[in-house]
Amino acid sequence: MTRIYLDHAATSPMAEEVIEVYTAEMKEVFGNPSSIHQTGRKARKKVDDARTILAKSIGAHETEITITSGGTEADNYAVFGTAYARKNEGKHIITTQIEHHAVLHACEQLEKDGFEVTYLPVDKNGLISINDLKNSLREDTILVSVMYANNEVGVIQPIVEIGELLKDHPAYFHTDAVQAYGSLSIDVITSHIDLLSVSSHKINGPKGIGFLYQRKGILLKPIFYGGQQERKKRAGTENVPAIVAFAKAVQLKQATFTNGNVEYNQLKQVFLSELERLKVPFQVNGSQESVLPHVLNISIPNTDVETFLVQLDLAGIDASSGSACTAGSIDPSHVLVAMYGESTPELRNSVRFSFGLNNTEEQVLEAANKISKIVL
Amino acid sequence: MIYLDNSATTKVHPEVLNTFVAVNEKFWANPASIHTFGHQTNELLQSAREQIADILKTSNEKIFFTSGGTESNNLAIFGLAHKYKQRGKHVLISEIEHPSIIETAKKLSEIGFDVEWIPVNSEGIIILDTLEKLVRKDTILVSVMHVNNETGAIQPIEELSKIVRAQSRALIHMDAVQSFGKIPVDFKILDIDAITISSHKIHGLKGSGLLALKKFVEIEPILYGGGQESGIRSGTTSVPLAVATAKAIRLAVTDLQNNILKLQTLSDDLMVYLNTFPSVKVISPAKKAPHIVTFSVQKVKGEVMINALQEQDIIVSTSSACSSRQTKTSHVLKAMHISDDYIKGVLRVSLSTLNNQQEIDQFKIVFKRVMNVIKGD
Ligand SMILES: Cc1ncc(COP(=O)(O)O)c(C=O)c1O
Ligand SMILES: Cc1ncc(COP(=O)(O)O)c(C=O)c1O
Repeated sequence: MTRIYLDHAATSPMAEEVIEVYTAEMKEVFGNPSSIHQTGRKARKKVDDARTILAKSIGAHETEITITSGGTEADNYAVFGTAYARKNEGKHIITTQIEHHAVLHACEQLEKDGFEVTYLPVDKNGLISINDLKNSLREDTILVSVMYANNEVGVIQPIVEIGELLKDHPAYFHTDAVQAYGSLSIDVITSHIDLLSVSSHKINGPKGIGFLYQRKGILLKPIFYGGQQERKKRAGTENVPAIVAFAKAVQLKQATFTNGNVEYNQLKQVFLSELERLKVPFQVNGSQESVLPHVLNISIPNTDVETFLVQLDLAGIDASSGSACTAGSIDPSHVLVAMYGESTPELRNSVRFSFGLNNTEEQVLEAANKISKIVL
Repeated sequence: MIYLDNSATTKVHPEVLNTFVAVNEKFWANPASIHTFGHQTNELLQSAREQIADILKTSNEKIFFTSGGTESNNLAIFGLAHKYKQRGKHVLISEIEHPSIIETAKKLSEIGFDVEWIPVNSEGIIILDTLEKLVRKDTILVSVMHVNNETGAIQPIEELSKIVRAQSRALIHMDAVQSFGKIPVDFKILDIDAITISSHKIHGLKGSGLLALKKFVEIEPILYGGGQESGIRSGTTSVPLAVATAKAIRLAVTDLQNNILKLQTLSDDLMVYLNTFPSVKVISPAKKAPHIVTFSVQKVKGEVMINALQEQDIIVSTSSACSSRQTKTSHVLKAMHISDDYIKGVLRVSLSTLNNQQEIDQFKIVFKRVMNVIKGD
């Protein structure tokens, strides 16, 4: 039985071309970019070229891109880095209840250290209200961190409006774009974004690499200290092959940009229609207008997510309860709690399907049919 | 090209690369995912962890995969200091640590820890008598590297831990980035609590490394999020990288005694040769790791030598890759009080088991020619 992988939001397979580039780089260019000899300089050039590709993909300048070990480090860097760099200007931070734990747990840590954090609620559609944000903003607010799109339900936040609201406020605007990047067109200038996190393994690039965009002029406190790599912003020998492979993944995404979007959304629609046709009872969680093309979170009455995922697994379908992160046990999703409250059936019967590379219409049709057999 | 800069980074071992490619092909899932695919991937991660724990002689749950040596060192210094701060605030660091320890320790002192520096003698080896005076009842952490990356000097870790254990409850962290796979590294014999390893220095892949703790030693995270790596290192774990790291570690300890002999032979030969030049001073002490030979040419800038050698396709470096892009003089050489005539002319030859005698012979020929042109020697 070939498995049907519908969990691309958890992690995605590397594209063939990316693997090729990655392994070729590992074989050939093994210089340390900090070395002054030729091999070193060759490695540096590779990193510089890759950085330009990353920068251009969000309308930034290459000096504004700091390479990190992934989305978690980028998020931690944005949150801790801002807090400790600006603590004399204020100790208030605004974020949302539905952030990824890389932002939420960093904020909770800051609370222990004397910072005050406002966690904005979301409505039933998973959207924050601009008014709430406006009302929470204070003179001593130093950071507003709102994710571009949510990883569990795919809901896209009103980033442009938030940027517009914050452009005249001293708070830095950070957005976790780990799920949105590669699916939406992002422009940090027009959206007035100061800090933006990206992770490579969600866009068919290698794991263990990502970046943080930091608008020119912003000076964060680093989280890793040591050598002077990344313009002293991030110590550690550069992971040259992964950086080059990451840039390749970005280029592939750009080449198929609208294509990939349409294609994955098409898969989602086919999947949904088939479920409807088969009379599987379900309800989509989160906004259906402001949503990532490749993420779908549905609640199926009278199922139990834990059992259901095991049944899906046995049927050869890889899906998830929302977040891959809380290993082993399925805790009620903090995102669904924020949307629906503490005691609604959705907390126990919601499943996330996320589409991506190598998925086909036949696969999603087959998946829908298998689901109907399990449910009905 | 003759690559003699293996302390900066190494060529990936073909078997490590094969391991990476094979694992990546089949087990690219997120190991935290609860489907079978995720479970299988996670099992592979756990077996990589087990293999490493076996080699290092600690328990599985004390191996934490990181993005490399720098992150591991940051995690060790911040994480241990914060975990044990209720016992005291005193931290001891050697003067010759890698910047990823030094800068982290400076940051600790900014936030209220009492950091003191262990000095070194003219050979670049920590002074144990001074250490003995520095250790206090409230010392919570001592961090000294096993082998220095600029000189190859082996630090007397066994003696250090005896002193530290006799006078305090401090934890001992050892940066083994330059020693692992070059000399024996053993938790028990060295009697230490934490070890940093970086894969790309042992023919593994860049962007991966680990921090290993002794059983019962605890630590605070520096990255927060999904709670991977028992909550100590959040961020989606790259299983292909972790398995490749385990492979590199296994290869590094396989045949260690023979490899040491091989490297020793090459470096002894090189040292004897270098000592025939009156204007060359060998900086590496007698008690050094077998793969590093650091020396200096009197009154000649290191960069000049590097470029001249490079024109003949030989790659060496100044004392470290990190310092080579800065014009600053190395903190290690300064701590050793290397005289002005020599401090700017320091070169490091760093070997790996992939090097051979022909390459060393070729180095000698080219070096002689270069010396002839530059120094008239
Ligand atoms: C929205 C979001 N932010 C951050 C992360 C963390 O990224 P990484 O796994 O690269 O550390 C993830 C994925 O796990 C995510 O979905
Ligand atoms: C002794 C020592 N410690 C730590 C490091 C840092 O390791 P990494 O390059 O993996 O960040 C290096 C190398 O740069 C080193 O030589």
